[in-house]
Amino acid sequence: MHKPRILAIKSSTLACLCAFLLGISNQIPASTDHETGTAPADSNMNFRIVEDTQPSIRDDGESTADHTKFEILQGPFESGPEVTKACLSCHTEAGRHFMQSIHWTWEYDHPDTGQKLGKKTLINTFCTNAKGNEGMCAQCHAGYGWKDENFDFTNQDNIDCLVCHDRTGAYYKTPNSTGNKACSVMFEGKQPIPWEKVAQNVGKPGRENCGACHFYGGGGDGVKHGDLDSSLKAPSRELDVHMDADGLNFACTTCHVTRQHLWAGSRYNVMAHDTEGLGLPGERRDVATCESCHSESPHSNTELTGIKLNGHVDKIACQTCHIPTIARGGVATKTEWDWRTAGKTKNGEGFKEKNYTQANGAHRATYKSIKGSFEYGENLVPHYDWFDGQMVYTTIETRFDPAKGPVEINGFNGSHDDGRSRIWPFKRMHTVQPYDKGNNTMVYMHLWGNDDDAYWGNYDFGRAIKVGMQKNSIPYSGEYDFVETYSFWPITHMVAPSENALSCNECHSREGRLNDLEGFYMPGRDSFRWLDILGYLALGGALIGVLLHGLLRKLFSKKNQQRDAS
Amino acid sequence: MNTQVNNGNGTKVRQKGEKHYVMIYSRYERFWHWSQAMLIFVLFYTGLGLHGLHNLLNFQLAVTIHTYAALVLIVLWIFTTFWNFTTGQWRQYLFKEGVMKVIRFYAYGILKGEPHPYKKGLQRKQNALQSLAYMSFMLLIGPALWASGMIYLIYDLWSGYAWSSQGLTLIAFVHTAAAYLMGTFVIIHVYMTTTGKTPTHYIKTMITGYDNVELTEAEKAYIEETHAISMKD
Ligand code: HEM
Repeated sequence: MHKPRILAIKSSTLACLCAFLLGISNQIPASTDHETGTAPADSNMNFRIVEDTQPSIRDDGESTADHTKFEILQGPFESGPEVTKACLSCHTEAGRHFMQSIHWTWEYDHPDTGQKLGKKTLINTFCTNAKGNEGMCAQCHAGYGWKDENFDFTNQDNIDCLVCHDRTGAYYKTPNSTGNKACSVMFEGKQPIPWEKVAQNVGKPGRENCGACHFYGGGGDGVKHGDLDSSLKAPSRELDVHMDADGLNFACTTCHVTRQHLWAGSRYNVMAHDTEGLGLPGERRDVATCESCHSESPHSNTELTGIKLNGHVDKIACQTCHIPTIARGGVATKTEWDWRTAGKTKNGEGFKEKNYTQANGAHRATYKSIKGSFEYGENLVPHYDWFDGQMVYTTIETRFDPAKGPVEINGFNGSHDDGRSRIWPFKRMHTVQPYDKGNNTMVYMHLWGNDDDAYWGNYDFGRAIKVGMQKNSIPYSGEYDFVETYSFWPITHMVAPSENALSCNECHSREGRLNDLEGFYMPGRDSFRWLDILGYLALGGALIGVLLHGLLRKLFSKKNQQRDAS
Repeated sequence: MNTQVNNGNGTKVRQKGEKHYVMIYSRYERFWHWSQAMLIFVLFYTGLGLHGLHNLLNFQLAVTIHTYAALVLIVLWIFTTFWNFTTGQWRQYLFKEGVMKVIRFYAYGILKGEPHPYKKGLQRKQNALQSLAYMSFMLLIGPALWASGMIYLIYDLWSGYAWSSQGLTLIAFVHTAAAYLMGTFVIIHVYMTTTGKTPTHYIKTMITGYDNVELTEAEKAYIEETHAISMKD
């Protein structure tokens, strides 16, 4: 069952990268943090602080090669590209494979909508654009040295094998260019990377490898997705039944199956309903859907509830019931972001306020001069809607009408009667961010750089936008304002054990989770107003009628008795 | 005891009838009556619950009980229809004249202490109004409920069609409407059972099966000869 279409899906994972990149900015310089004073630069960052460097996935002894024994890996190595050269000297086709991957290209041409997507160009609702800020953002690019348009995408030595394949925990990445001195300080003082050790201890990626970028999308731990954060490094069964560190302990790639360095499970082109279910033995499923392991009728067909639940599969994504809430692992996710308040200073310097304490005890910034103000959520009930897998992006070229309410940065298609959509959970992010008031488009901001135009340094939107647009040759009216935006992140991780799945009542009730979805009848939620009124009248009328009749009978029988007696 | 009775084809005859305690509701009839009563009560209660009118049962439990009770009721109805036809009891439901008289009685006569215009007999267990009511129960409300209920139940088999959304709305509407009618019927029906000689007379009859009814000479002779129907005196 090799489906080229599905192969294209590879990319999902990547998408998060960028956000994360931008996110780095989160950990802004301690020097500007008046609360923490002289504490070490990153002591109050929530961004990629890895205390536990143990591998999440144990070496299962399956590999037929022990990389410590390879001569070419003995070194000495001075840099990443030198290690890559060594890798590619044996893995001769890996570079070619990898270069097609969205982890490398940061580009995705949507086969159906024709939209040009990918982190390279997209706008998001967090740090808004990686474009032009690669010096910072591309530290989550699986390559070495992308800081501007001069990066060579054809040079295989620029591939970063280690970020995914390091099993020591000693490898790390830093921004590819220095930002404003206020920012660069947080990347100082790190232990040098022991290149030889790292090169000799490579393996299949564990959750910490993927997580180094994907847990931190949006600029900090759990910020973007709500179902991906550092708590998944070693989750409990309750948090994620598949990744349960003491149980199944799945790696990301257990579901995001890989072929030629292309990963199943795209967020740009989501398979919202897998109607094929299980593959037969020997067949390869290049999809990351629940159905590809659990089939299309995953509940017991021998009892009524199971039969009824299987009947839901055509309309309800598995995730909707099996992920009761998101951000359950002690790490909060951002729900609101207001850029308008950014840029305040104290004594001429930026600062942070950390007024949110998440369940794992860490304090999260509710204000940062470089970004504005935020709100967080934990144990959050997702936003639900019909979804056919098709995301429709507002790109830098899209014109919109700001009067029409929040701009959906990645709106999506779906309806209850198109025969394809299912009800999916989303994390919905609400942001107020700058846009081009004259042209009614989004804007690229020049955030990162050690020049005077970078917002992270001068706190001047006007200049940051002007330069951001200019640098990327995007027409700009010269006038900016702020617009409300939404972004939608399909939820699929943090699958709870079955006993914690939603009960029927959560939706089938008058005030249930699906109250906002209209246009179809749902037992328990809906009723027919007039019918109910008539029904009440009939029932009530009958009751009152018989009571009256009974009363009359009683009264008259007394009268009749008196009459008979007299 | 001389009484004027309606023999069912409209002519009034003067007839000598003797009253006897005979089994007018056979064991099966009582069984199906009471089990149907219980099932309908359960269906109504769980139905209203899953319709969202009360929160005394969670949705899953309400659906489970409703579905199993519905399946049992359908089996019961199949058996009873079979029984009605093999025993000829279905004739009891046929239209009888004198509906107006019975209505007049319940609206007025009963208050004046008049005797019921309709005498129960072996072949006439139900009065004209009862026949009409039960007939519409068996032919309208009942089928509307079980037909719409069955279609509702197998929703997953037709949920893929383009019309399924409207179909579900329609089915739910019909089912709910019929359920309200059923509830109304039950309230009136239960009340009517208290209008006998004593308030519990009819109910006792439906429990024990015996009632004091007039037998014609021929009926009496037949019963005494064959013991086809039990008689207490
Ligand atoms: C024998 C036949 C019956 C069958 C097969 C049947 C089946 C069903 C089904 C499948 C549902 C929908 C449950 C769901 O959401 O999954 C339902 C709902 C309901 N039933 Fe029945 N039922 C039957 C008889 C009755 C009776 C006798 C009553 C009442 C006296 C009743 C009252 C209701 C009500 C009020 C609802 C809620 C309708 C709504 O809100 O959409 N049902 N029934």
